[in-house]
Amino acid sequence: MRIVVTVKYVPDINAERRFEGCRVDRDPSVGTLNELDENAIEAALRILDGLSDDDRAGSEVVALSVAPATGDVALRKAFQMGVDRGVRVTDDALAGSDYFGTAAALAAGVRRLEAEGAPVDLVITGMAALDGLGSVVPALVAAELGRPALTLAKSVSLDGGTLSITRETDEATESMSAPLPAVLSVADTANTPRMPNFKLIMAARSKEIEAWSAADLGLEGAAVGAAGARTEALSAAERPPRPEVELVTDKGEGGAALAAYLIRHELV
Amino acid sequence: MTGPTQTTPTQTESAPVPAANRTVLVLLDPATEVRSSVLELFTLARSLGRVEAVTLEAPTVEVLAQLGAYGVETVRQAELPQEALDAAGGPDARHLPAVVGAALAAAVRRTDADVVLAPATFAAKEAAALAAHALGAGLVIDAASVGTDDDGRLVAGKRVFAGAWDTRCAVTAEVAVLTVRSNAVVPEPATAAVPTEVEGFAVSLDGAAPLPTVSGRTPKARTEGRPTLEEAAVVVAGGRGTGGDFGPVEELADALGAAVGASRDAVFEGWFDRYVGQTGVTVAPRLYVGAGISGAPHHRGGMQAAQVIVAVNSDPEAPIFEICDFAVVGDLADVLPQAAAAIRAHRDGRAG
Repeated sequence: MRIVVTVKYVPDINAERRFEGCRVDRDPSVGTLNELDENAIEAALRILDGLSDDDRAGSEVVALSVAPATGDVALRKAFQMGVDRGVRVTDDALAGSDYFGTAAALAAGVRRLEAEGAPVDLVITGMAALDGLGSVVPALVAAELGRPALTLAKSVSLDGGTLSITRETDEATESMSAPLPAVLSVADTANTPRMPNFKLIMAARSKEIEAWSAADLGLEGAAVGAAGARTEALSAAERPPRPEVELVTDKGEGGAALAAYLIRHELV
Repeated sequence: MTGPTQTTPTQTESAPVPAANRTVLVLLDPATEVRSSVLELFTLARSLGRVEAVTLEAPTVEVLAQLGAYGVETVRQAELPQEALDAAGGPDARHLPAVVGAALAAAVRRTDADVVLAPATFAAKEAAALAAHALGAGLVIDAASVGTDDDGRLVAGKRVFAGAWDTRCAVTAEVAVLTVRSNAVVPEPATAAVPTEVEGFAVSLDGAAPLPTVSGRTPKARTEGRPTLEEAAVVVAGGRGTGGDFGPVEELADALGAAVGASRDAVFEGWFDRYVGQTGVTVAPRLYVGAGISGAPHHRGGMQAAQVIVAVNSDPEAPIFEICDFAVVGDLADVLPQAAAAIRAHRDGRAG
């Protein structure tokens, strides 16, 4: 079983996040692994945990990231959880990619891994990246690779070569399945990511991160980067702070004060 | 900070499309009801050009009347390849994002449309992305505003980083595909109703990635008399501070005609089924009331675009107080029922 988990290097949502011009400021001091990708890594590791020792021996989980050279912290975190290999695709030509450029680069990374000789059975992603929150790259990677997409999974099971999921969308509860190879995205409700153990933390420090360029992936001339994007960023502006909060401490009249506020502002 | 880019009209490669000549397709799935989020899309679409709806099934008579009132002259109903659909699990498979995406792309090719608008549900986002992928179109996910620049290019505004930043981008491809947040505009019927015709169009799934097989689909039940979280103008949400008792939250919600939501913690505890948050439902209502919710970044990412934010929390240090307009430090079990009673009394007084 060969699994690729796509991971993203994003600004920590607990830090102050900013734009630099029209692009997300990727200040390395607040850069981290996209939290939702931990669910994807966990899902991959659980699939491997479920294999027989023989099957497990021939298996690997590869974390694949399109990131600047400063983005290794995300892959190190993936190593700490127990991922076998980490690949970072880094190229100035990829900066400013839109959803399609990102998906094309990730799909090219998967194909490059397959060119090593063994097929990639499963690509697993998180449900979204917490900086952009688009939630569409998983489906686009599947389209690029020509593989079925099982997205936003709440539960995952693998039986032989068939992957089955259940999912909760805004509209319905659904169950569906597809034969491997396939693309899977997992919701944040799918599992609880494991805590790294000491041994893995130590091992993660010295693990090699493989760095590939756009040329390594055959992406020259592809619609990637700002030049290939079909949208053009025009502006990014910080919103003014909210006016001072009107704070009431309840001494028996708090609810009435709340109602009065809503009535005064014509919200009732 | 970069200001808005002003492009000079003389530098354009293709002539701008006047609004009158622009065709805008709106995704209507399911076609058995028109949610307020979709009425908003029709309202927005009319400001951009001529409006058509795209469905995966026959619209009901009631839906057709509503579409007519909103100025939709044509419904394009996808005719899906039966064999492929059967292989993917039958009629339920028509809601698969890959199928809806293929239908949207085929509808654009059929009508030579310039713009596609879809609601901001997870399934519609994927469908929009797949349609844009097939068409080579530009894609904007979760626009909070949509307009045009001097060159006739579509320009979308987004609120990002938990509502702390506003961004704008222009679509540079010929076709623009956008998903639009609920409450981006106020739904308004057209000045005059029009007759609505349904026209079928063939959709091929050849050449697309293989479809998964749908083995079960249960549509979500909606609570009678309460709006859904996505489309509500008022949302009341409860968190860990409820201790599992959502009674006071529901009482205030019903007094306000609001949708009920929860924090992710409360859902993980099993107290409620749907949470407001950046990975749950993202809401942008006129009024948001958070009760017993501390306001972790995850939650703020899902509600900070609300116009007015009210918080009730027993902890005076709760982070949600930093981003709200009005706050009560107190026990929600006391505050919410008292507020609900005062609101009902106000309503009754006004009615009488």
